Amino acid sequence: MHITPAARFLPSGDTALVVEFSDRIDRRVSALVLTLAEKLDAAAIPGVIEVVPTFRSLMVHYEPLRLPQAELRQRLGPLIEGMAATERDGRHWRLPACYDESLGPDLADVAQRTGLSVHQVVERHSATTFHVYMMGFLPGFPYLGDLPPELELPRRESPRIKVPAGSIAIAMAMTSIYSLESPGGWHLIGRTPVPLWDLRRDPPVLLAAGDKIIFEPISLREFEALTAKLTEGDYRIAPEAAPSSGTRA
Amino acid sequence: MTAALRVVSPGLMTTLQDLGRPGYQNLGIPVSGALDPVSLRAANALAGNPPGSAALEIAYQGPTLAVEADSVRLAYAGAAAGIEVLSGDEEAGTRRLAPLQSMRLRRGQVVRIGALNGGAVAYLAVEGGFAVAPVLGSRSTYVRAGIGGIEGRALKAGDLVPMAQVYAEDREEMMLPSLPLTAPSRFRIVLGPQDDYFTPRGIETLLEATYTVTPASDRMGMRLDGPALEHAKGFNIVSDGIAPGSIQVPGNGLPIVLLADRQTTGGYPKVATVISADLPALGRLTPGCKVAFTAIGIEAAEAARRQMMADLEDLTRQLAPVRHESAIDAARLMASNLVSGVVNAREGNPEGA
Repeated sequence: MHITPAARFLPSGDTALVVEFSDRIDRRVSALVLTLAEKLDAAAIPGVIEVVPTFRSLMVHYEPLRLPQAELRQRLGPLIEGMAATERDGRHWRLPACYDESLGPDLADVAQRTGLSVHQVVERHSATTFHVYMMGFLPGFPYLGDLPPELELPRRESPRIKVPAGSIAIAMAMTSIYSLESPGGWHLIGRTPVPLWDLRRDPPVLLAAGDKIIFEPISLREFEALTAKLTEGDYRIAPEAAPSSGTRA
Repeated sequence: MTAALRVVSPGLMTTLQDLGRPGYQNLGIPVSGALDPVSLRAANALAGNPPGSAALEIAYQGPTLAVEADSVRLAYAGAAAGIEVLSGDEEAGTRRLAPLQSMRLRRGQVVRIGALNGGAVAYLAVEGGFAVAPVLGSRSTYVRAGIGGIEGRALKAGDLVPMAQVYAEDREEMMLPSLPLTAPSRFRIVLGPQDDYFTPRGIETLLEATYTVTPASDRMGMRLDGPALEHAKGFNIVSDGIAPGSIQVPGNGLPIVLLADRQTTGGYPKVATVISADLPALGRLTPGCKVAFTAIGIEAAEAARRQMMADLEDLTRQLAPVRHESAIDAARLMASNLVSGVVNAREGNPEGA
């Protein structure tokens, strides 16, 4: 069923406009955001520079001297009208994840605070197919959801000054992978050897909003072997073929 | 043949910047680019470059650079600084490079740029531009991800910054009569997108208070000190996009204006956005500068941008040949006339021999 979703236009100065569908994190809202992003890309409206999907809104960056905001609003109306909140098929990735406590220093703490065993934490985290809601915070940093509710925790009280690149982390209803070494306040539960940011790739960023991710547990030995292979350049990760849309609810 | 500027001393934070790297914010890659695109364009116009060519962005303390090319034409625009040109041979002595005019330097000469005065940034452009491979369509340095410029970082001593041209074109030096770089008494903002996260009193504070730029400011954001803004419903929002000039207000109520290296998304409410026409002036502010805001509508903001772009177009029309150089040329011309006059006199008197 196609219902015109309620959208608010919020100016962000004279060169960006927010199209806000909601103020919460929700897969249906995310579907609306990503659908509009796709439609705007396809429409190739002169004056639109780029669009940035977020959890609940789409930011449209534009050149007002080619496309004044009033005109942009008019062009957006028909694109939003009748839009369905249908999740599109993104790329599917299986990312090797090493949940060894040497690489996930908060595993024991997370287990203790959630009342689960370390094994159960890993099991739940690696049994979920995550949706990339948006990219942000760092180049190539994906916001993945939704975390199984029993793993939800607030951010750490004291953020770390240095989180190594590749760290798999959780906070609130989200999980992510630090794409670059950076300060960070999420709980570190493991690490992937696959670089999310690699300048030898074009673009250097691996993931994009709308992708689906499954973490595949690997041992510390496998982690080290993959890391070595990656350094030598003889390991490449590619998305799997997406399951046919017929299997989707 | 290679041509380069060799970094003798790097200055405080000298990076290559152009007009930025739009098009990848959906992957979390910031736009970056010059903090003061007006001065960047001026430097490029003087050097005879397209407006968006990459130039050295100099922050607070300038670098010392040696010419390793047959010749190079330099142009400097932005905050005032003492700029000495040290000659290779002692007898030639020291010259000065005036801001807003181009100058040709020879191999072995050294340009030494001192402390910046009255502004945070300035730009040094070279004729033909710098020969650095663009990353994702831009030469702008973004240090956090190590991309653009020289190895994705600020210059350091010993670097060779490659130039596209081996020698400077033989042409007149150009100057600009002036470049208005004074800050507006009030920076113009458009309220939103999350002005509803602030109480009426919070908005009033923003529009009436005077803030001070703190030293904790960088290319990512300008942190302001002053009266705290009163939030209406907490200071966490579900992350959404960040625009250039977004004014985000974290829990302490103090505004942060997001600049060139801003993150693409963020989870603090953004009370307002500095209009694009006033952003270059904001990028020039140094710690201790006073900042006040006034709210305007979107049409007025668009009109201001139109005016700024028209003024920038006008820059190239204002370019004029440097006068004292033409005076030297006139003297040279006269000298050669005298010589040829002698020759002519001789030739004109065949019987005299």
